[in-house]
Amino acid sequence: MNKIDLLGRKLDLRHGCVDLSHGSGGRAMTRLIADIFHAAFDNDWLRAGNDQSAFDVSAGRMVMTTDSYVVSPLFFPGGDIGLLAVNGTINDIAMAGARPLYMSASFIIEEGFPFVDLQRIARSMGAASRAANTPIITGDTKVVERGKADGVFISTACVGAAPKDVELSADRARPGDVILLSGSIGDHGVAVMSKRENLSFETDILSDTAALQDLVAAMMAAGHASIRAMRDPTRGGLAATLNEIAYQSRVGARIDEAALPIKPQVAAACELLGLDPLNVANEGKLVAIVSPEATEGVLNAMRAHPLGADAARIGEIIDDDHCFVQMTTAFGGLRIVDWLSGEQLPRIC
Amino acid sequence: MKHLDEYRDGALARGVARRIAKEAQDRRVYSFMEFCGGHTHAISRYGIEDLLPPNIRLIHGPGCPVCVLPSGRIDEAIELGKRDNVTLCVYGDLMRVPGSNGASLARAKANGADVRMVYSTLDAVKIAENDPRRQIVFFAIGFETTTPPTAMAIRLAQRKKLENFSIFCNHVLTPPAMRKILETSDSQALPLDGFIGPAHVSTIIGTAPYRAFAREFQKPVVVAGFEPLDVLQAILMLILQVNGGHAEVENEYIRAVTEDGNRIALAEIADIFELRESFEWRGLGEIPASGLRLREGYWEFDAERRFPVDKRFARDNPACECGAILRGVKHPRDCKLFGGACTPETPMGACMVSSEGSCAAYWSYGRFRAFERKAAE
Repeated sequence: MNKIDLLGRKLDLRHGCVDLSHGSGGRAMTRLIADIFHAAFDNDWLRAGNDQSAFDVSAGRMVMTTDSYVVSPLFFPGGDIGLLAVNGTINDIAMAGARPLYMSASFIIEEGFPFVDLQRIARSMGAASRAANTPIITGDTKVVERGKADGVFISTACVGAAPKDVELSADRARPGDVILLSGSIGDHGVAVMSKRENLSFETDILSDTAALQDLVAAMMAAGHASIRAMRDPTRGGLAATLNEIAYQSRVGARIDEAALPIKPQVAAACELLGLDPLNVANEGKLVAIVSPEATEGVLNAMRAHPLGADAARIGEIIDDDHCFVQMTTAFGGLRIVDWLSGEQLPRIC
Repeated sequence: MKHLDEYRDGALARGVARRIAKEAQDRRVYSFMEFCGGHTHAISRYGIEDLLPPNIRLIHGPGCPVCVLPSGRIDEAIELGKRDNVTLCVYGDLMRVPGSNGASLARAKANGADVRMVYSTLDAVKIAENDPRRQIVFFAIGFETTTPPTAMAIRLAQRKKLENFSIFCNHVLTPPAMRKILETSDSQALPLDGFIGPAHVSTIIGTAPYRAFAREFQKPVVVAGFEPLDVLQAILMLILQVNGGHAEVENEYIRAVTEDGNRIALAEIADIFELRESFEWRGLGEIPASGLRLREGYWEFDAERRFPVDKRFARDNPACECGAILRGVKHPRDCKLFGGACTPETPMGACMVSSEGSCAAYWSYGRFRAFERKAAE
């Protein structure tokens, strides 16, 4: 008799759903983990079946991050919550100029959640982590009563490594530095909104969710000493990211509206909904602050990578005690690009 | 985007700006009020003032329905939303508008009231249809632009025989507010050479209702769209009228506005709504015949009749200058609370919250100018 048989009957993945027993620590939970998570993430660490996993570390700097995902709806054009969780967590590591190594994933599942949806989410996480060469090596599962969660919430952590001399940080921007953006803005937020209850509209825009570690590696190879900071403009959009950098570095920024890559469909959707694309979330883009002399080299490296094909120089860091992010409008005037106030879109990542 | 990008074209804008610079006479100041919050936001968002000579002053008007709503009405809506069987449906703009003592619909929601954000009146009707056990109240608010959609919701609820749908009516009219500003403003506190007339409102009511202002008060009115080039063109048209000593109603927004407006919408409004004797406007006070309520034949859809709520009179923070800003006699930067106690995160007045409010526009897009002014001084 093999090990799996000890756990009783396999899950009815087509018709079954999660109930409270799947989070109770008993046989049902082990079954759920084996049939869905281990099957999808499939690696030696998980197969060993421990509550933690051990790995060797190399010399240099370790980088660590944690993140959680509560997106609604769980499935949207171009991705799902699982893909978002893996890519988003990896990107947080990559933004330090680091290479992601290992991930963890915890699931808080609402009672009644269909196995088939959970499996779909787990499979997309498995595929994304394999593609990024960042295995999910430990995790956790909890089940809560109906109404206490919204389908499934995912919490992740990731560790990565960077060479000793790499020290990217959002407090390092200096006046004269150049602001680079890796591609079009607003795609993710618009894709998610297009499927929201009460708001569904027809669009062919897909979420831009992507793991950026290879793009980052190419940029670091082109000029890591000249890259001061990188950040992925997720919630709050490009506006929030630029304001964060300005605030942390105590500088201002001036960007050029005409230089911003925005897809016409995204611009149209934002127009319709009264949103500013600068506030809309992205899940596969990065902003880099680069010293002026290295701009061309880094920009060329970005454009040579498929995830940076539309990369653009969008502005520069300026001296400003008030830390304003200003924008020269395509119309010819000047305005502030502010942090988003209040809630623009409920739960987009 | 076709039919939009043309109206945001930088090269065309420079052309109109050159024309404005040529026509504007150095020896005088031109003060124009843009009535609508939509214009205020276009001006800030596109940085239109950077394209104008310094002797052209733009004064922000009261055309922001959320801003002119007295906070007592928010308190009354909160009372409605707190009732056990009531679901209050509101436009997103209203959620964070302050009532009295820091209350807001967002806070009421967090404390358990069933307040839902909807994007259209029809969403509210749908909610009523899907949940017949709950009473669905739609917080109807806005100028003439949003009144027809409310009328349509009433019509639909009537056709579907919905017994659980009603509206909390706060619809107001534009011309009485313009009149109030002209009648009460003295030319010292508010020098006014003309109006940039409403865009969306005029698609419903047309240009004819503004004729009285041109005639009686000798103020030119140029109805303009909400795109930046519309605003710039309207400013040029106003300057030409002022220079020529004219006071006429002109229509810059001919792609959407006619002289008589949308007759079907106007007939529907007239059938379902009637004038209130008087309605209180924040900042402008009581204005006779400026607000709408449901006609007797539609009383079954009137939330104020279905759920009697005591009338509330809430006092605004005495330091809040929203009132003077809404009347056009003060600028957001003149308010002591602006940027300190009052920010979009901690609003003291509705002008800082609404997407059409002038404080919100100045905060979000233009507040760096205050520091530039100071530096220049």
